[in-house]
Amino acid sequence: MRSPVRLERRLEQPKWLNWVVPLASLVAALILGALVLWITGKNPFDVYQRIFERGFAGKRAFSGALEMATPLAFTGLCAAVAFRMGLVNIGGEGQFYMGAVGASYVGISLGGSPTGITIVLMCLGGMVFGSVYAAIVGVLRARFNTNEIITSLMMNYLAAIFLNYLIFNSKSFWRDPDSPQFPKGKTLNARADWNTYSIFGIDLPIAFLIAILAGSAVWVLYKRTRFGFEVGVLADSPKAARYAGIRTTSTIVIVMALSGALAGLGGAADVGNFRGLLDAKGIQMAGYGYTGIVVAALARRNPLVTVVVAIFIGGLTKAGYALQGPDFPSGLVGTLQGLILFSAVAGEILIKYRIRTTPRRSEVVA
Amino acid sequence: MTSEIAVKMTGIVKKFPGVIANDHVNLEIMAGEVHALLGENGAGKSTLSNILTGLYRQDVGTVEIGGKKVEFNSPRDALNAGIGMVHQHFRLVSTFTVAENVVLGESDSSLFMDQKAVATRVQELSDRYGLAVDPSARIWQLSVGEQQRVEILKVLYRGARILILDEPTAVLTPIETTELFKTLRVMVSEGRVVIFISHKLDEVMAVSDRVTVLRGGRTVGTVNTRETSTTDLASLMVGRSVEFNRVVRQTPADRERIVLDVSDLCAFDDRGRVAIESVSLSVSPGEIVGIAGVAGNGQRELAEVISGMRPITSGSITVDGESVQSGRARSAIAKGIAHVPEDRLHTGLAAGHSVEDNFALKNYRSMSRFRILQRQQIRNQSTHLIEHYDIKTPGSETPVRLLSGGNVQKVLLAREFSASPKVLIAASPTRGLDVGAIETVRERLVQAADSGVGVLLISEDLDEILSLADRILVMYEGRIVAEVEAAQADRARIGLTMGGITA
Repeated sequence: MRSPVRLERRLEQPKWLNWVVPLASLVAALILGALVLWITGKNPFDVYQRIFERGFAGKRAFSGALEMATPLAFTGLCAAVAFRMGLVNIGGEGQFYMGAVGASYVGISLGGSPTGITIVLMCLGGMVFGSVYAAIVGVLRARFNTNEIITSLMMNYLAAIFLNYLIFNSKSFWRDPDSPQFPKGKTLNARADWNTYSIFGIDLPIAFLIAILAGSAVWVLYKRTRFGFEVGVLADSPKAARYAGIRTTSTIVIVMALSGALAGLGGAADVGNFRGLLDAKGIQMAGYGYTGIVVAALARRNPLVTVVVAIFIGGLTKAGYALQGPDFPSGLVGTLQGLILFSAVAGEILIKYRIRTTPRRSEVVA
Repeated sequence: MTSEIAVKMTGIVKKFPGVIANDHVNLEIMAGEVHALLGENGAGKSTLSNILTGLYRQDVGTVEIGGKKVEFNSPRDALNAGIGMVHQHFRLVSTFTVAENVVLGESDSSLFMDQKAVATRVQELSDRYGLAVDPSARIWQLSVGEQQRVEILKVLYRGARILILDEPTAVLTPIETTELFKTLRVMVSEGRVVIFISHKLDEVMAVSDRVTVLRGGRTVGTVNTRETSTTDLASLMVGRSVEFNRVVRQTPADRERIVLDVSDLCAFDDRGRVAIESVSLSVSPGEIVGIAGVAGNGQRELAEVISGMRPITSGSITVDGESVQSGRARSAIAKGIAHVPEDRLHTGLAAGHSVEDNFALKNYRSMSRFRILQRQQIRNQSTHLIEHYDIKTPGSETPVRLLSGGNVQKVLLAREFSASPKVLIAASPTRGLDVGAIETVRERLVQAADSGVGVLLISEDLDEILSLADRILVMYEGRIVAEVEAAQADRARIGLTMGGITA
């Protein structure tokens, strides 16, 4: 039986859809989440209220949201930059790890240099490691047309193994020699700690400011520059790009490298602004790379919106950690994030297509 | 011909945002006839056939098949009712084989496909109807003409009784067209119904039994082909009398000089097989050189090679003595080669991009300062071109895919001509356009030649080449097999050479 509801491609996409649909999909996700809560015998309103209080309400809660939002803003940008060109970079996770490896290398090596210089160099270290790691995927895609979803995903596992090797299975440069029983990364010199500003009692990590800067830069790059134009044409029609003499291969590699650099920057922020060491276990547990995909999807690939959405998802995640207990299952926030991703992707269809209902099949002649 | 009514559409209304595509259209088709649906682009032919095939639902009106009222909720319902459509824009999965495409979406297809049986059946059908195509070839490897044969086979394979062909001859050569017409006659003699959508008057006259003319979304009338003429049909279609005159050249070609020189060119096609073999040709300033040939004989590859989209394996291309780098479109553009490709919407233009962005597609580099695009400059260029080339668009920011076929081509021509090229490669520049637009495009081509541009006109429409070109080259299996001055051209002989017969 065919469903009486069908999709018809929209001839024009009204502008209001661009923000109404994501908001509606968010609401839909929350309703679905409420259903899950209700089935498991919890009061949805109660749970949502607690998430809101612990995630966003008040200075302490909002500081926590910003802290969690920072890495997510970077991984969100990583995903958004690639999505814009129709490249699905699932590898933000691994690129984030590599960025953390690169930045911590710089941070440990620099020892006592002034904080400002250290921040800049750590950022560069993270970006270089993240971008080179992502560029491998780009080259494979551009040269051999391998599916970037698969290669970037596989490289996440490689990065995780590499990370574990550095901290748990070797006497690497990164591993703290003073803690042989409990393997962990070397703690960075205090001067390598990145600044966190206090504004009206809210902790604002410098890395979040860098994320805003990065988001703006990406926005300008895609909206205003020649390169952005080329990426746009390539995303729209690869044949037209070839026709216009746009260098397809190098553009793909550059976009992947840029995407990886953003994730790498997130890794640098994780080391410098928050953990102060290469925390192999911690960053793998956090899964920022994957959550970043949710952020980018909900932000509809807009780099500026991505940073804002990161705060929302950040607060949600933070609340999830804070509230975890017998009456608040740890999987709840993950479930919510999953529902948000599903709804955002479904919403994407509603922006391109519209739903038409057809009357019940009264009479169909065979 | 029996008098039984096979299809009856009454009072069909279909509205789209801002347009009434069909405004109370009536259509009545008898069993066993070839019924032509004639009209300009935007007359509502495609919408009407999309309703008949269940792709769209009419807002108002009824559809009857064999005297029974039907409601189609999907193309499958229409298919079950025996209606099959051969679309102008192919709906094939390019990575699948011909056989796979033919069975794709079959209602009774089992989990595993009997490749061999399908291939045999496809082969049978293609032999019977003269639709030569290799069942095991993959779609992306096929020429446009071959792909269309697959579309026709697909419909035949499903045993459709009512076949709708949307501009089927647009991609065919004269010989192929004749073959197709034979096929259509065989089909109707078997009691099938063929709805033939076209705006080529000669073909409508040649193949159809009756003609229904649409104009501006309304039915103008239905006439018996035998009792009408091309002139009558043309005036019904456009609402005024149109005369087909050969456009007169102002300035003759400067045959002393050569602007485009191609020598000993070889190149591969997408399959990695030789598509162009030792092709040498030259074009003088102000000359229109026509390349005639059956689709899939290397014309597309030739256009791509000269415009730098496809690398050459040997040979050379020079413009005014300067050589063009192999496979570098940017080099070709810089040397002054303009290219109007066969696939306008997805190669010549970025369909999802705005009109103004498409105007800037090749010169955006010069419209930037410190790598930042100068939007105002792009907008000014667009405003100028829209006015100068009389392009009908709601605005500069409208995506090109929303424009009508004729205006899409105008956007492309405006960009290519305004770059003041030395050489213009035009591949099937009037394909799929209505009479008015065809005239405009041809005038523009002649104007370009008059202003000293060397034009290489690649077309499957022999009449077009005969009426525009100064010199005609015939391509067959990747080679230039004949060269004649247009003045001495013999239509029949060119037709034979296109079919590989050289006297």
